[in-house]
Amino acid sequence: MLHTVNKSPFESSSLKTCLSLARSGSDVLLIEDGVYGALAGSAHASLVAEALEAVRVYALEPDLKARGLSGDRLIPGIEVVGYDGFVDLACTNDKIQNWL
Amino acid sequence: MKFSVMVNEGPYTHQASDSAYQFIRAALSAGHEIFRVFFYHDGVNNGTRLTTPPQDDRHIVNRWSELASEHDLDLVVCVAAAQRRGIVDPDEAKRNSKDGDNIAPGFRISGLGQLIEAGIESDRLLVFGD
Repeated sequence: MLHTVNKSPFESSSLKTCLSLARSGSDVLLIEDGVYGALAGSAHASLVAEALEAVRVYALEPDLKARGLSGDRLIPGIEVVGYDGFVDLACTNDKIQNWL
Repeated sequence: MKFSVMVNEGPYTHQASDSAYQFIRAALSAGHEIFRVFFYHDGVNNGTRLTTPPQDDRHIVNRWSELASEHDLDLVVCVAAAQRRGIVDPDEAKRNSKDGDNIAPGFRISGLGQLIEAGIESDRLLVFGD
């Protein structure tokens, strides 16, 4: 299952809720302000780092770039994808949950 | 693969209209089919042709119309959400005695049944909103 999260963990609890409910083996894609959840060293980084043991976490590159976040500032293990990668994730997962 | 997309947020609000548009473009260029784009709640504001953003800004409404004409997309605006927000096509204008319409080219007004059908007919349904 693919989960997308579009809110910063500093503004909404949707990332926390998503990670607590996502089953092992799920894909979680951070888009829009959700990409702030990928930032290393933040107050929410340990939540995401722990989740990486059970789920794969991706961050959308154009949304990272729009916010001045580069790959070397991200939590290790998070994969950066473009919109083509977003489309691929939507194909390989048979269900999609968009957390809004 | 057959995708449908739901947009629940107006243009120039946050990012949903842009994310949905970019996703659809990427899906089309990868050879996938877009069965329908359904605009609900404030998302119906994506469908007014009276929008006039500054010239150096993207024109979100025209961008939808152009994409629809290029790829024969079905852009559907929810009728109840549209009536509340003053999005009107010629039929609705007549039915509600309005002095004009404002639906953008490529959009059509219909009901929630179109969303249900999109969910049934498509392999995947993605929701963009705030």
